[in-house]
Amino acid sequence: MPGTMSSAWSARGELAQGLSGLLLVLFVWAHMFFESSILLGKEAMYWVTGLFEGKHIFGQPYPWLVSFIAVIILLLVVMHAALAMNKFPAGFRQQRALYRHTGRMRHTDTSLWVVQAVSGFLLFFLIPVHLYTMIVEPANIGPYASADRVWSGRYWVLYALLLLTVHVHAAAGIYRLLMKWAPPRRGALINRARARRIALGAACFFILLGAASLIAYMKIGADHADRAGERYHPATAQAPLALKE
Amino acid sequence: MTEAAKNAGARELEFAILRHNPADPDSVPREQVFTLHEAAGMTLFIALNELRQHQDASLQFDFVCRAGICGSCGMLINGRPGLACRTLTADLPRRIQLAPLPGFELIGDLSVNTGKWMRGMSERLETWVHDQALEQLDIDALEQPMEPEQAEAIYELERCIECGCCVGACGSAMMHEDFVGAVGLNQIARFRLDPRDKREDADYYALVGDESGVFGCMTLLGCEDVCPKDLPLATQIAFLRRRMTAAVIARG
Repeated sequence: MPGTMSSAWSARGELAQGLSGLLLVLFVWAHMFFESSILLGKEAMYWVTGLFEGKHIFGQPYPWLVSFIAVIILLLVVMHAALAMNKFPAGFRQQRALYRHTGRMRHTDTSLWVVQAVSGFLLFFLIPVHLYTMIVEPANIGPYASADRVWSGRYWVLYALLLLTVHVHAAAGIYRLLMKWAPPRRGALINRARARRIALGAACFFILLGAASLIAYMKIGADHADRAGERYHPATAQAPLALKE
Repeated sequence: MTEAAKNAGARELEFAILRHNPADPDSVPREQVFTLHEAAGMTLFIALNELRQHQDASLQFDFVCRAGICGSCGMLINGRPGLACRTLTADLPRRIQLAPLPGFELIGDLSVNTGKWMRGMSERLETWVHDQALEQLDIDALEQPMEPEQAEAIYELERCIECGCCVGACGSAMMHEDFVGAVGLNQIARFRLDPRDKREDADYYALVGDESGVFGCMTLLGCEDVCPKDLPLATQIAFLRRRMTAAVIARG
C-alpha cells in the first residue's frame, strides 16, 4: 500500500544505493592513485603500502587494517548490489522489453544504462575475488608481493577484467547519479553532454592509469618470477641504519 | 540552403507502416510499405492523410489539431516517439518507419488509446487541486492573486499535452506497466507548486513514493529527449526525488 511506512524503504533504498555508489566510486578512484604509485618506483609503492598498514603512524605495520578496509568495502558492495538488483529487468519478459526498447530508441543514455547494468552484473563476480584476497592475505601487498601475485599468481587476468568493468561502471554511475539528483539546468556550463564527456574522460584516464600500473606489476613480476615469494626490502629502511653506524 | 530545403520535393518517400487491427480476429501485425512523392514542407500529418485519401482508406491514425497542441498523433517515427504533425519529412531519411506508440492500448495501426492511460494515471495520482475548503468556495468572490513568477512556473509544467511520447520513450515504463511515467511525475510537480493545492509532501509521497512512482525512474532520460513540448522533465523528476526523500528523512 503506498504511503505506509513500508514504502518509506523506497526512498531510503534509493538514497542508500546512491550514497554507497558514490562512496565506492570515490574509493575506487583513490585506489587507482595508490596502486599506480608503482609507476613512481618500488620505493613509492612500498611507502603507500606502509601507509595503509598504519606503519607511518604506529611505527610498525598492522596488515589487518587492510583487511578491515576490505571488509567495509565488501559490505558497501553487497549493499549497493542488493539495492541495484531491484532495478534489473526481472524475467525474460522485462529483459525482452528493455532489449527491444533500447534497440529501437538508439538513445545514448538508455544504452548507457544497459552498459551500466551489464558491467554491474559482471562486478558481482569480479569484485569478491579481489576483495577476498585482500581480506585473507592483507600482508601480501608490496612491490614484489603484489607483482608476484599479478604475474606468478596469474591475477593479471582478473585485474585486467576488473579494471575495464569497474571504470565503465563507476563513470556511468557517477554521471547517472548527477542526472538523478541534480541534473544541470538548461544552458548550464556543464550541461548533460559535457557531464557525459567528463565521465567518459575519467573512465579513460583511470583505465589508462590502471593499465600502465598493471603492466608495471607484470614486468616486475616476470623479472622476479624465479624468486617469487621473496619480499621487497627498501633501501630507505636501511639508510637510517647505515647513517647510525 | 538547409538540408531540409534541399530534400523537399525531390524524393520518392517510402513509408513502412506497422498495420494491425486488434478488433479483427484475422488481423496479423504486418509491415506495409507505401511510396509517396515528397512535397515541400510536408509533415507526417500531411503524408499520412495523403496515403489514407489516395492509397488505403483503412489506414488508422489519430489527428485533431495538426499543430502540436492536442497530443493525439504521437507515434514511433523510425523507432523514436514523436508527434507526426510536428515532424517534417525533410528531416527524415527516404525510408520512414512508423509504428504505434508502445505502452498504450492499440486501437488500430498507428492509433493508440492514450486517453484511457492518461485518465487512469490522473485518477491514481489525483491530479487536481485538493483543498477541504473548496466545497464552500464562493465562485463569485475574487480569487487570491498569484505572483506572476509563480503562475509562470505552474504554466511551464501545465504545457504538457499528454501525448504519451515520454511513456513510449521510457525504458522503466516498458518494463513496468504500472509506472506513472514522466507525464505523471510532472503533474505531481505541477500541483506541488500550486498554492491552491493544500496537499503536503507526505500526501504526495503516498502517491509517487514507490517503484511505480518516482523511485521506479531509472533516469534513462528518454522522456526529456523526446518531449515535443520540451518540458524540463529530468529537472522535475530530480526535484520530486529530492523532496520525497527529504519527506521520509524528516519523518524519521
